[in-house]
Amino acid sequence: MKYIREFRDGNLAQKLAKAIRQEADPDRRYHLMEFCGGHTHAIFRYGVQDLVPENVEYVHGPGCPVCVLPVRRLDDAVELALTQNVILTTYGDMMRVPGTKQKSLIRAKAEGADIRMVYSTQDALKIARENPDRQVVFFAIGFETTTPPTAVAILQARAEGLRNFSVFCNHVLTPPAIAHIVNAPSEPGEDPVRIDGFLGPSHVSSVIGWASYEPAARDFRKPVVIAGFEPLDVMQSTLMLIRQINEGRHVVENQYTRVVTKEGNRKAQALAAEVLELRKVFEWRGLGYVPDSALRIREAFAEFDAEKRFALSPKESREVKSCECPAILRGVKKPTECKLFGTVCTPDNPMGACMVSSEGACAAYWTYGRKREAVLAAKGAAA
Amino acid sequence: MCLAIPARVVSIDDDAMATVALEGIRKPVSTALLDEVAVGDYVLVHVGYALHKLSEEEAERTLRLMAEAGVLAEELEEMAGEGAEAGA
Amino acid sequence: MTSMDTQTRFRTGAVDMTHGGGGRAMTELIKDLFHRHLKNPILDQGHDAAVFDAPPGRLVMSTDAHVISPLFFPGGDIGALSVHGTLNDIAMAGAKPLSLTASFILEEGFPLADLERIVMSMARTAREAGVPVVSGDTKVVEKGKGDGVFITTAGVGVLPEGVTISPAAAKPGQAVLLSGTIGDHGVAILSKRENLEFETELRSDSAALHGLVADMIAAVPGIAVLRDPTRGGLATALNEIAHASGAGVLLQEEAIPVAPDVEGACELLGLDPLYVANEGKLVCICEAADAGRLLEVMRSHPLGRQAARIGEIVEDPDHMVIMQTAFGGARVVDWLSGEQLPRIC
Repeated sequence: MKYIREFRDGNLAQKLAKAIRQEADPDRRYHLMEFCGGHTHAIFRYGVQDLVPENVEYVHGPGCPVCVLPVRRLDDAVELALTQNVILTTYGDMMRVPGTKQKSLIRAKAEGADIRMVYSTQDALKIARENPDRQVVFFAIGFETTTPPTAVAILQARAEGLRNFSVFCNHVLTPPAIAHIVNAPSEPGEDPVRIDGFLGPSHVSSVIGWASYEPAARDFRKPVVIAGFEPLDVMQSTLMLIRQINEGRHVVENQYTRVVTKEGNRKAQALAAEVLELRKVFEWRGLGYVPDSALRIREAFAEFDAEKRFALSPKESREVKSCECPAILRGVKKPTECKLFGTVCTPDNPMGACMVSSEGACAAYWTYGRKREAVLAAKGAAA
Repeated sequence: MCLAIPARVVSIDDDAMATVALEGIRKPVSTALLDEVAVGDYVLVHVGYALHKLSEEEAERTLRLMAEAGVLAEELEEMAGEGAEAGA
Repeated sequence: MTSMDTQTRFRTGAVDMTHGGGGRAMTELIKDLFHRHLKNPILDQGHDAAVFDAPPGRLVMSTDAHVISPLFFPGGDIGALSVHGTLNDIAMAGAKPLSLTASFILEEGFPLADLERIVMSMARTAREAGVPVVSGDTKVVEKGKGDGVFITTAGVGVLPEGVTISPAAAKPGQAVLLSGTIGDHGVAILSKRENLEFETELRSDSAALHGLVADMIAAVPGIAVLRDPTRGGLATALNEIAHASGAGVLLQEEAIPVAPDVEGACELLGLDPLYVANEGKLVCICEAADAGRLLEVMRSHPLGRQAARIGEIVEDPDHMVIMQTAFGGARVVDWLSGEQLPRIC
C-alpha cells in the first residue's frame, strides 16, 4: 500500500517522538485540538498518545459529520424512510446513529423501511435507475470533502432526466465551525476551552485549500497545521504546532503537502458551487446554531431537493438529557467526564452520536483508549 | 472525518470513470472532480470519487523531513549526553 | 435412477410449495436430488433417523445455521460453508467429526439448478472431509419469506482420550497462535455485495479444520484452547476467550498475518481486519514451551502454512484484549458492536 504504509512506520515514529520530546517545553502544557475525527481515530488506533510527552494533550474536536448532525435532521430522515415509502440511501456511518427515543435508521429498517447503505452517490443513482417507480432519496452528510460527490450526483441526475432521485442535504462547512469553537462563550459552570493550536482538516483541505483557514489563524491568533490522517502525519504536525507555539507564531502551515495545495481542487469547488449554496444558519449538535455553516440545494435544482419534494412534519426532537455530546464536541469535556459514558452509553447502546461513529470521541475513548492503565500494566507484565 | 485512501489509476474508463488499484483490489471510481488524470497517477479516493491527485514528490519530501527531524533529534541527544559527561 | 424428466426439471424448474408438502414432488426431490448426491450407507437406510454404532469415548455435538448473501461466492458457497461450519465447531473441541445432518429451508421460486449445485458442493465437501451426511430435512416457505436457501447442519464427533480443550482453560503465560491470514472470507463476500462491488482475486478461506486439529493434538495433546474466529473475526474470538478464562490477551500487531488484498479492501471501506470473518482459520492457545513444536506442525499442514505466534495470555482482572501496535503504541481491541459497516468517515 504505497503512500499509506510508509506513513505508519514505527521507526520513524520513534524518531519523531524524540524530536517532539526535545522541543516541547516541559514547563508548559500544549492543548492541541485535532479538528477531525480522522485524527482522533489515528491517535487512538495507532497509540500516538503513547509516543508524545505527557504535557502534549490532544483535545478532540467536532470534525465528525455524523456526530454534529442534529437529532432533528436524523428524525426527518427516519420519517422519510418510514412514512413516504421512499428508498432511503445513505453512507454506512449513519445507520446506527440514535435519533429521538433512540430510533435509528437500522431500527427503522427493522420496522420495514427500505433503507440501503451505499458506498458512493454513484450507487444511489444506480438504485434510482433500477427502481423507476420508486422515489430514491440520498441522505447526504459530510464536510466539504463529501460535498462535491453529492453535487456531481445531482448534476448527473438532471442530465439523465432521473425524476425519481433527490437529496436530503446536510452538508456542513469546517471553517465556520472552527471560528465558532474559538469564539464560543463557555456555558455557566464550564471552564472555557483551552486550545493552543489546531491540527487542521486534511481531506477537507484537499478540496477547499489550506488558505481557507488563514482568517481563523490570523483573527484568533491560533496556529493551524493542516495534518494528514496517517499517524506519522499527526506526529509531524504535532511537532510543527509545538514549534509555532514556542515561537509565538500563528499561521497556517501545511504538513499534508502530498495532497493539499493552497487553493485546493478548483473543479470540485466549482461543481459544488453550481448546485449548492450557503444556508443562512444551520444547527450543529454541540455547537448550536452556527451562521453560514452549511449548504443547501440551489433553487435551480429544487426538483432534486428532498426537503422540497416531501412534506416533512415539524417534530419535537430530543437528545438524551444528560448526554454530554455537546460539551465533548466543543472540546470542553472529555468523554470520561460524562455520567453516561461506559455505564448507560456504550457502543452497543449508544445514547449520543459521539458513541456511534468510530470517529466520535466517546467511541474512540471506549474502543481504543479505555482503561489505559490496564494497557500499560499489561505491557509492563509482558516486558 | 473523510476516509480517503491513495490508490493507483490502472485504467481510464468511459463516462468520467477510472479503475484504481490498491494492492490487488480494483474498484471503479468517478473522476468527475479531476481536470485530468492518467494511468499511473496516484489519486485520493473518497466515497467512490477521485478527490485529488497525490504528488509523489511531495510524499517523498515529507518522509525526508520526518527522517531529518529524527536525525537532528538524535544528534541533539548525543550532544546533550556528551555535555552531561563533560560536566560530570 | 433418475428419469430424464426429473433431470430436465432440475435444470429449468424452481422450488414450489409442493416440494415441502409431503407428496410425490417432495419425495422425488429428496430421492433424486438430496439422496442421489449425498449417498452413503447410513442415509440409504431410508429412516427418518440415522442409526449407527457409537464409538467409545466422549461424544461431541454441535449445530450451526447458515444464511449468507450471496449464496455462491469466490472460494465457496453456502453448501460447502454449512459443512465446514459444523465440522469446525466439532474440531474446536478437539474432536474427530463422525457424521452430519442437514436441514434446508427453501424459498418458493428458488431455482432447482442452484439447489442441485449447492447439494453437490455439500456432497463433495463432506466426501473430502470423510464425514457423511446421514440424515436431513426440507421445508419450503412462501416467496418473500426466505432468502433463497437457509441450511442448518448438526454433527457428532468423538473426543480422543486425554484431550480437554475449553475457552476457559487459557492461563497467563500461555502463547496465542493463529493458523493463517485473517479476513479472507469476509472480504471475499464483501467484494460481491451489491453496491460495494470491487474486484479481487481473493477467495474465501472456507475449509474444514479437523485434519489440522488432529495433527496438532497428536503433537501436543495438552492444547488449552482452540477457536475458529468466524463472525466478528479474530478480535471477537479473543475477547470470548478472555471473558471465559478471566485472563487478558496481549497481541503483537506486527505478527498477525493479513493478505495484501484484505488490507487494501479494509482501507478502502474503513474496516478493521481484526473484526472481519474467517471460515478456515483457528486460534490456538497452548503452553509457551509447546508453541514452537505446534507452529512447526501447523506450518506443515496445507491449512496452516502461514501460522504465526501472535501474542500471549496475560494476567488482567478486567480480561481485556490489548494490542501493541506496529507503530509503537498500544490499544484496546474491544468487542464489536453489531456488524462492521463500511464507513466514509
